[in-house]
Amino acid sequence: MELVKPEFGLIFWMCISFGIILWILGKFAWKPILKMLSDRENSIQDALDSAERAKEEMKALQAGNEKILAEARHERDLMLKDAREIREKMISDAKGIAATEGERMLKSARENIQNEKMAAITDLKNQVGVLSLEIAEKILKSELASDEKQKALVNTLLKDVNLN
Amino acid sequence: MNTRFFAMTNKINIYKHFLLLISVFFSFAAFSQEENKSETAKPKKFDAGELIIGHITDSHEWHVAGHIVLPLPVILYSSDKGLTMFSSSHLEEGEAYNGFKLIKNHIVAVNAEGTTDEAATAKLWDISITKNVASMFVSILLMLWMFTSTAKAYKNNPGKAPKGMQSLLEPLIIFVRDDIAKSAIGEKKYKKYLPFLLTVFFFIWINNLMGLVPFLPGGANLTGNIAVGMTLAIIVFLITIVTANWNYWRHIIAMPGVPIGVLVILTPIEIFGMFLKPMVLMIRLFANMLAGHIIALSFFCLIFIFAEMNTGLGYGVAVFSVAFTIFMGMLELLVAFLQAYVFTLLAAMYFGSAIEEHHHEEAHH
Repeated sequence: MELVKPEFGLIFWMCISFGIILWILGKFAWKPILKMLSDRENSIQDALDSAERAKEEMKALQAGNEKILAEARHERDLMLKDAREIREKMISDAKGIAATEGERMLKSARENIQNEKMAAITDLKNQVGVLSLEIAEKILKSELASDEKQKALVNTLLKDVNLN
Repeated sequence: MNTRFFAMTNKINIYKHFLLLISVFFSFAAFSQEENKSETAKPKKFDAGELIIGHITDSHEWHVAGHIVLPLPVILYSSDKGLTMFSSSHLEEGEAYNGFKLIKNHIVAVNAEGTTDEAATAKLWDISITKNVASMFVSILLMLWMFTSTAKAYKNNPGKAPKGMQSLLEPLIIFVRDDIAKSAIGEKKYKKYLPFLLTVFFFIWINNLMGLVPFLPGGANLTGNIAVGMTLAIIVFLITIVTANWNYWRHIIAMPGVPIGVLVILTPIEIFGMFLKPMVLMIRLFANMLAGHIIALSFFCLIFIFAEMNTGLGYGVAVFSVAFTIFMGMLELLVAFLQAYVFTLLAAMYFGSAIEEHHHEEAHH
C-alpha cells in the first residue's frame, strides 16, 4: 500500500523543485542553447545555400563564357565570311572593270585604227589624184608637143563627134 | 500551475479521496501487502520483502552503508503547532520526540502518553527532506550545473563546434527538439512546449540514472515513486487542458459527425480518456522504474536467501546474481533513457492533440 500512496511531502517538494528548475533552465539554459543551436543551424544552412548559389553562379558564368566564346567564334566566322565575300567581290569587280576597260580600250583602239586607216586611205587617194594629175599633165605635155600630134587629136575627136 | 494544485491539496478530504482512487488502480498493492505478511509470519533472520520495500520506498534518513546513516531534516506543519523542524536522528523507530513519532516510516503526532493522536495526525503535513527529496535536490543541482555551463559554453563560442559537455547534451537536446517536439506537436507551435519537454526529459533521465547508482548521491528510487510520476503527469494534464483549443474540447464533448445516440456512449469515454492519458503516463514511469529496482534488489536478496540455507550455495548463487544484476543494470540504463523518452514523447503527443487544427482532426477520424 505504501508504494502506491503518493506522499504529500514529496509532491510538495517536487512541485517547488520542478517549478524552479523549469523556470531557471527555461530562462538561462534552454533559451540561449536553443537560440544558439538554431543560429548555428541557420548559419550552416546559409553557408550551404551560398555555396550552392556560388556553384550556380559559377555554372552561369561558365555558361556565359561559353556563350561569349561561341558568339566570338560566330563573329569571327562571320567576319571571315564577309572578308571572303569582299575579296571575291573585289576580285570580280576588278575583273569586271578590267574587262570593260579593256573592251573600251579595244574599242577606241579599233576606232583609232579605223580613223587612221580612213585618213591613210584619204591621204592615199589624194596622193593618187595628185600623181595622176602630174602623170596626165606629163602625158598631155608629151602628146601635144608637136602640131601634127595636135591635128591628129583634133581629128580623132572630130571623128567621134557625130554631126547630126 | 502550482497554485492550482495547492488549492486542491489544501482540502484534506479531497486529497484523501484522490489517494483512495489511485490505490484502487493497483491490485499490486494488495499483492505486496500479502507478501509482507507471509514473510514476517515466518521466524526468519533475513526478510527479502522488507529489505526490498525498505530500499524502494522513501525514508526520513539516508542509509549510506552498514550502520552509517545520514540524518535528514524533518519538517512538519500543523495548524496547531505551526512549523516544526528537527533532525531525523531524533526519530528512532517507535520513540517519541517533540510530540512526534515515527511509525512504519510515517511521522504521526502523539499525545503526552505516547499514543498516536489520530486527530492531530490528520492535520499534520509532512514536508520533510526525505531521501527522495534530497536525491531530487542533488539531481536538480546537477542539472542546473550541467545546463547552465552548457549554455555558457554556447555563449562563449557561438557558431563553433560543440566541446565537452556540450557535445554530450547537444544531440539529446536536438533529439528532443526534432524527434519529440517537432514531430509530435508540429513545426508551428512546438517552441512553446519545448522548455517543458526538455526539462521533463532530462529530469526523468537524470533521476533514472541516479537511481541506478547504488551509493550516496544516487540510490533513491525517485522516478519509481508514484508521487513524482503523479506530479509530472498532473503538470502535463494541466498544460494540456490550459493550452487546448476549441477543436480539442469539441472533439471531447461532442465529436463532430457522430450521431447523438453514439455520443451518449462516446462522450463519457472521451472524458474518461482525457484523465486516463496522464494516469497512464504516471503508471508507466512509476511501474517501469520500480520494477527495475525490485528486480535488481531481488537478485541480491537471492544470494542471502540461499546463503541462509548453505554458505557455499550463497557463494554459488552470488556468481549468477551478480551476472544477472549486471545484465539488468545494462537493461536499466536503456530503460532509464527509454522511459524519459516515452514520457516526453507521450506528453508532447498530448500537447499536440490539444492544439491540433481542424483539418488535421478530420483526416484523423
